[in-house]
Amino acid sequence: MRFYEYEAREIVKRAGIPVTDYGFTADAGEAGQIAERIGGSTVIKSQVLTGGRMKAGGVKFADTPGEAEAHAADILKLEINGHAARGVLVDPRAQVKQEYYAGVVWDGTAKKPLILFSDMGGIDIEQVAEEHPDHVGRAHVPTLLPVSDFHAKQAIAGAGVTGRQMQRLIPIVSRLAQLFQTDDMTLAEINPLAELEDGSFVALDAHMEMEKEAEGRQRELLRALGIADDEERDGHEPSTFESAVSAIDAADHRGVIQGKDTGFHGDLGLVIGAGGGSLTLTDAVQSVGGSPANYSEIGGNPSVAKACGLAKAVLQKDGVEKIAVMMSIVSNTRVDIVARGVIKACIELGKDPAETISVFRIPGAWEEEGFKILRRYGVEHFDRSVSMHEAAQRAVDKIQGTTAP
Amino acid sequence: MSILIDKSTTFIVQGITGREAVNLTRECLDFGSKIVGGVTPGRKGREVHGVPVFDTVAQVVEHNGGAVPDGSVVTVPPAFTKDAVFEALEAGIGLVVIVTERIPRRDVAQMVELADLRGARIIGPNCLGLIVPGVAKMGGIGGPAKDAAKAYGPGRVGVMSRSGGMTTEISSTLTAAGLGVSTAISIGGDAIIGSAYAELMPLFEADEQTEAIVIYTEPGGRMEAQLSEWVAEHDSRLPIVAFMAGRFMDSEEMKGMSFGHAGTIVEGKEDTAAQKIERLQAAGIQVVERIDEIPDAVKARLHEGAA
Repeated sequence: MRFYEYEAREIVKRAGIPVTDYGFTADAGEAGQIAERIGGSTVIKSQVLTGGRMKAGGVKFADTPGEAEAHAADILKLEINGHAARGVLVDPRAQVKQEYYAGVVWDGTAKKPLILFSDMGGIDIEQVAEEHPDHVGRAHVPTLLPVSDFHAKQAIAGAGVTGRQMQRLIPIVSRLAQLFQTDDMTLAEINPLAELEDGSFVALDAHMEMEKEAEGRQRELLRALGIADDEERDGHEPSTFESAVSAIDAADHRGVIQGKDTGFHGDLGLVIGAGGGSLTLTDAVQSVGGSPANYSEIGGNPSVAKACGLAKAVLQKDGVEKIAVMMSIVSNTRVDIVARGVIKACIELGKDPAETISVFRIPGAWEEEGFKILRRYGVEHFDRSVSMHEAAQRAVDKIQGTTAP
Repeated sequence: MSILIDKSTTFIVQGITGREAVNLTRECLDFGSKIVGGVTPGRKGREVHGVPVFDTVAQVVEHNGGAVPDGSVVTVPPAFTKDAVFEALEAGIGLVVIVTERIPRRDVAQMVELADLRGARIIGPNCLGLIVPGVAKMGGIGGPAKDAAKAYGPGRVGVMSRSGGMTTEISSTLTAAGLGVSTAISIGGDAIIGSAYAELMPLFEADEQTEAIVIYTEPGGRMEAQLSEWVAEHDSRLPIVAFMAGRFMDSEEMKGMSFGHAGTIVEGKEDTAAQKIERLQAAGIQVVERIDEIPDAVKARLHEGAA
């Protein structure tokens, strides 16, 4: 789950890292009142789950409460990359002496969290790492033993920072590394981490992402942030097809089906599985000149109703006349159940299975039973002697009419 | 020979009374594996296909006269997996196969860290386990014994795969081509796993039966880069053939979307299929476009080696 900046700042604040005296609101009038309370110049920032706010005009500076209110009104109406603003953050305009970067990510190779620190804050850390590698310090953090300050020191020293600045930075970086684990983040970033004219440090922006698998055990934190238990924050709005498949999957606990069509624009419906098989088959269809209408995954031995539901959802997509039903060799999912499901889908939609199912290539458990059913309905089917790519080729040939049906 | 397991390997199943675990217990026993006990807290005294069930791992050890099993297959719900794995590791078990998926990364990292401290190895999570054709299997890999025997013939090629199902598809292709499989390992589809390609290479390197390696790989993570680095640093005798699935995910529209497995997501430049293929090839690893090209590629590489 990706957090809005105002939530990410709250997470940072809860961990004991200093933040500015900011305010969040979805009301322009209230933005003016917050600016009044803060006093002096303020920054009005759009709260959206996308980058490029500054460029899009989603960040504006105000000298008076009136100006803050006017900017807030504009920003609340502004869509950025298709995202409407959730609200605005009103922040005092800080007197910054120097900007730093502090972040924590998972290192899948070391299998530990990795602290990244730089004295060149305010810009993308990947760019700094590429152009100024000597300005990036790194340190791995253990997961069994507690995080200790020396890990933070190592990262800070790695960027060449010492003296009074280091002393002030240690608790901030150390607490960030701690919250990364306690709050089950996959990314915890403070950028910029600002050193103010008076020598104090403050988080001026924060970016946090929580691991989906851990949301259940982080309910308390999520509720404290005002996030409802059922709030979905996918990167994109699910399409009609995607919502339909999710609903079919949720209706029955046996097996798993998934469907995606964001980014797919073709005419060949894919009823495919499992995880790796689906990736392989989607590539295979494209590599032989076919154009998938969707991506899907069947796994974990779904019921006939579930397989039927997925096939129907695919067939009900605009422009889809034919489906290809293909999987890598199955050992858990049963071939006959998937066969029954896809044939049922065709019949219930008033379509001829032999015409509609271009190919059926699922070898493995219960294949004899499955092939018997497919024969009865005249559906072209293959066992494992026909490779996944050969099956994809056959399906594409059929839909392009380059071969006799 | 084989790697990690052989015909004398003993193991337990933690969470043995679960539906999936009952099936895999049957499959492994039929295949010739030695399952010496099962654990489900509160279910002591039951049996699963003749395997006695206990409340704790320590009770299994006691029941077996103090003999610590070689391995454990862990298939318990995600919230309890870390505890089950800690229990296995602290009992002195040296090989833990974690089948469970959707375990938070912090838990996985902690399990791996403890395994390192105890000198043990973790395979998975989110995997189907491993198989030595004709000898033993540990986990649901290949399914029922009869199906597993059909897809996995004994032979010369070591297989490592981020997808459980594709481990079987690839091994079946190698078997049909007469090459066969030495040991096949479903390494798991998560962003953090106990044993990545490069960490298993030294074992295959030391195994006389293995003459070549085939890997199945996907976008996301740096596991392939790590293998490329390992190959560049070691003068391995084993030719490697790789298959990369998920090339379609390189399209700009798919950025940040996860497909197939939890770890399969393009977040940075290094994660893309194109970038990984380039790295693998630079290390001398042949990357094929289709699964059915794998046997000929392996044969050609074996022939080169022999010439």
